Amino acid sequence: MTGATRATPPGPERIEGRAKVTGTARYAFEHPVADPLYLHPLRATIARGRVTSVDTAAAERVDGVRLVLTPHNAEALVPIGDPELAVLQSDEIAFRGQLIGAVVAETQEAAAHAADLVGIRYERMAHDSDFRDDADVVYTPDADASPMLSPDLELGDVDAALAEAAFTVDATYTTPTEHHNPLEPHAVIAAWDDDGLTLHDSNQGSHLVRDLVAPLFGVDKERVSVISPHVGGAFGSKGMPHGHVALTALAARHTAGRPVKYALSRTQMFELVGYRPPTRQRVRLGADREGRLVATEHDSLEQTSRFKQYAEQSASASREMYTSPNRRVTNRLAALDVPAPTWMRAPGEAGGMYALESAMDELAVRAGIDPVELRLRNEPEVAPVSGLPFSSRNLPACLREGAERFGWHERDPRPGVRREGDWLVGTGVAASSFPSLFFPGSLATVRHESGGNYRVEIGAVDIGTGSRTALTQLAAEALEVPVEAVELRLGSTEQPHASLAGGSAGTASWGSTVVEAVRAFRTEHGHDPVAGAETTAGAGKNPDAGEYAMHSYGAQFAEVRVNADTGEVRVPRMLGVFAAGRIVNPRTAHSQFRGGMTMGISMALHEHSVVDERFGHVVNHDLAGYHIAGNADVGSVEVDWIDEHDPHVNPVGVKGIGEIGIVGTAAAIGNAAHHATGVRVRDLPLTPEKFLR
Amino acid sequence: MKPFDYQRATDADSAISVVSRDPEAHYIGGGTNLVDHMKLGITEPGKLVDITRLPYDRVESLPDGRVRIGATVRNSDLAAEPVIRQRYPVLAQALLSGASGQLRNLATTGGNLLQRTRCSYFQDVTTPCNKREPGSGCSALEGWNRHHAVLGASERCVATHPSDMAVALAALDAAVLVEGPDGQRTVPVTELHRLPGDEPERDTVLRHGELVTAVELPPLPFASRSRYRKVRDRASFAFALVSVAAVVELAEGTITDVRIALGGIAHKPWRATEAERVLRGAPATEETFLAAADAELAGAETLRDNEFKVPMTRNTLASVLRELTRQEGS
Repeated sequence: MTGATRATPPGPERIEGRAKVTGTARYAFEHPVADPLYLHPLRATIARGRVTSVDTAAAERVDGVRLVLTPHNAEALVPIGDPELAVLQSDEIAFRGQLIGAVVAETQEAAAHAADLVGIRYERMAHDSDFRDDADVVYTPDADASPMLSPDLELGDVDAALAEAAFTVDATYTTPTEHHNPLEPHAVIAAWDDDGLTLHDSNQGSHLVRDLVAPLFGVDKERVSVISPHVGGAFGSKGMPHGHVALTALAARHTAGRPVKYALSRTQMFELVGYRPPTRQRVRLGADREGRLVATEHDSLEQTSRFKQYAEQSASASREMYTSPNRRVTNRLAALDVPAPTWMRAPGEAGGMYALESAMDELAVRAGIDPVELRLRNEPEVAPVSGLPFSSRNLPACLREGAERFGWHERDPRPGVRREGDWLVGTGVAASSFPSLFFPGSLATVRHESGGNYRVEIGAVDIGTGSRTALTQLAAEALEVPVEAVELRLGSTEQPHASLAGGSAGTASWGSTVVEAVRAFRTEHGHDPVAGAETTAGAGKNPDAGEYAMHSYGAQFAEVRVNADTGEVRVPRMLGVFAAGRIVNPRTAHSQFRGGMTMGISMALHEHSVVDERFGHVVNHDLAGYHIAGNADVGSVEVDWIDEHDPHVNPVGVKGIGEIGIVGTAAAIGNAAHHATGVRVRDLPLTPEKFLR
Repeated sequence: MKPFDYQRATDADSAISVVSRDPEAHYIGGGTNLVDHMKLGITEPGKLVDITRLPYDRVESLPDGRVRIGATVRNSDLAAEPVIRQRYPVLAQALLSGASGQLRNLATTGGNLLQRTRCSYFQDVTTPCNKREPGSGCSALEGWNRHHAVLGASERCVATHPSDMAVALAALDAAVLVEGPDGQRTVPVTELHRLPGDEPERDTVLRHGELVTAVELPPLPFASRSRYRKVRDRASFAFALVSVAAVVELAEGTITDVRIALGGIAHKPWRATEAERVLRGAPATEETFLAAADAELAGAETLRDNEFKVPMTRNTLASVLRELTRQEGS
């Protein structure tokens, strides 16, 4: 199914585009290093217990094997409070697949073969990997313990308001475990020499990796270099270094300076580098006769690991989305013997807005109000909980523009009445929202080389989003020179400290840093600087932080077809209209939005890591079993945005676009599937059997 | 992966002699399944005998109307073969619905027939599986069994056969030509694969060392009106949840002859003889189609996650028959 797709809008092409398509851009594993060795990990095949013995004799006899590392012979690391990085520090097993050793050999094949010959004995303990709402596993995370956690919210009297509401919805939505699976797997090359440790690593923040790995090995930060010029996708899974980085660096301590290389297999990526935890979310909405919300309740239960807490906070999506005088929002965790979850593209919002925006659609159907109109009627004037003004909020414009472009106004609201051949046809809408974040602490160096040519350095990582290009543009603009006159260097700890590539905050944080560094450079060196003039500076605190509620918004529209005989679901057409502050590079921004929406199609229809609680592992742990959308599953995906000028968010007026594209997509598709069939599925993904009649 | 020897066969006799004398030797064709298994540790051959240079790479129309497909003909080439597209569209459609273009370019006819189940527990050496390790137990029986069998399974194994091509071949009454140390024999495709019973480790009736050399299609003139419909979780590159291969002969609104095979629901390509019995001689109506499907599925036994396969198979079979008989009428 193909349709007309708007041409890619103009904007500078990705600077490294040619290098990537011609294969000369080097990813972590591809850096040429002298005389490397290869690591193959040993992983626990039980979900809880202890390693009692490891027989390495047969493995050590394999030709080319140089080292077999186990919990019994690994050197002590400095405890830094991250259990994932404390590899081989005890014989305890906290989840199935946990790293419990490694074989290092002259070839990958020898390492893998020898790893099969290692005899591991365990003491098994009963494990619990069954995600459920039971008091024995569920607890309330301590919101004081982390700035990432928001406490429960209770405003007004939700129960009383629901009792008097003209229309109510009370529904429970579930979302499954999902795994990121970026195209480039996690990979690292570790080498120690007299100067310290060098890591060629695939990550979202080389400075962050350095800041964690250096203390882990008890060395000064200056003695750790992390080099990451190109990263082939991450989606949050490379936000924090995982155990494999520590394991590889640990192994490289024993190889007399020879580099050790390790790239995770696809199956290992289902165990070792995080995932989006499953959620069970109950949403209760109450509205008056006109469809105005009088009560909003959103309670979310999410899986975490007993081994390392992570909180997704899905219910927090309902804190500031719509007006509602009575509101209750709670987030709970179920702690299990499973690997640690982590951020995955729009953590919290992706799952939370799926539930809220599905419930809003159910409310629209119940109240007989058009779902676009229902959202417009619940537009708050100020942020509902904090009472702060919005720095800018153009959700209504997105909804109206999207409805116009999509042809929404001709829509017959009745579900299950349109049929074309064997296919039932429907359309759906959902809103998107994502906080506009700014990470402090980045620095950039601006240097005038000569003749009006500048070099700008910032230790950020371009994970494939186009950051290198956007930052070059912002630097050139601030310097008032053509983009060709700016050479931007990033992707390494050789450049000044930069924050993580996450939270859709890259361009906002690093762009502001680059622009402020240019201003500082001009203040110091003027408009006619000498060759070699150089300034390093960062962005100060945003004076408007805490004065405004800052979010980006969007409206997602989907057409869905469901096969009347087989239940197969297809999405021939999607449109997303976003309001996300200044769009620095329309070409690469278009690609970000579209990529997010495509991942949203995947979330809606396919992605599901099936956990077998008897073993505590993901059963479909490869890309044949874990489906993501293929080309044939993606029809026309149109993207556009509202011109939005936001003077409050940051010096460059950028809100971030990496994540909002996935937010709302699954709800729009689920709502359209209901419109097509009359069947309301509240359990992702929307697989064929759920529509079979 | 265990180290192994590799040799390229130059003639069939010596290849058969090498493999039949060595219990650790395997033939290798396109390698699209076997190499995965070696990486996963499911199969650990000591020796691979590459048969892709043997002279089995042609599709021939025989004087009596049969078509002989060499065992090393690649899936993409077979799907593009004019005689297949014109006379046996069900087979071309089945081939093109399988795997990806890259895999079809490598996969051979013989290898496709002999590919093994995609049961996740079979493919994971850290979980029990009777097919991989007889007597260790079936993890799918009470585990994740959404893709598993509803017909012909046993307490020992509920795996399904993954091939699309083999389902079409079963509907076409194809025959498999096999050479072994004791000479040549012919096995109907419908009898090549086994039901699991007490020996789920045995996928087929072939003996170690026997080599598939060709597949023969009968003339079957009415097969030009045939269809393969594959229902799957995404639009491409996914194994069938259920599939239907059907060949129908129609005269004045009555089904005069019919061949049906089902995929994704059993340990082997499932020839739907009960459905065929109901359809043969019956009027081409919705009632007949559903009665045929119900007759075939009467013995279905479902597991925790695969109940949907019964209505999905029923609906899909009816849909394919509707389409094929509507084609005839227009």
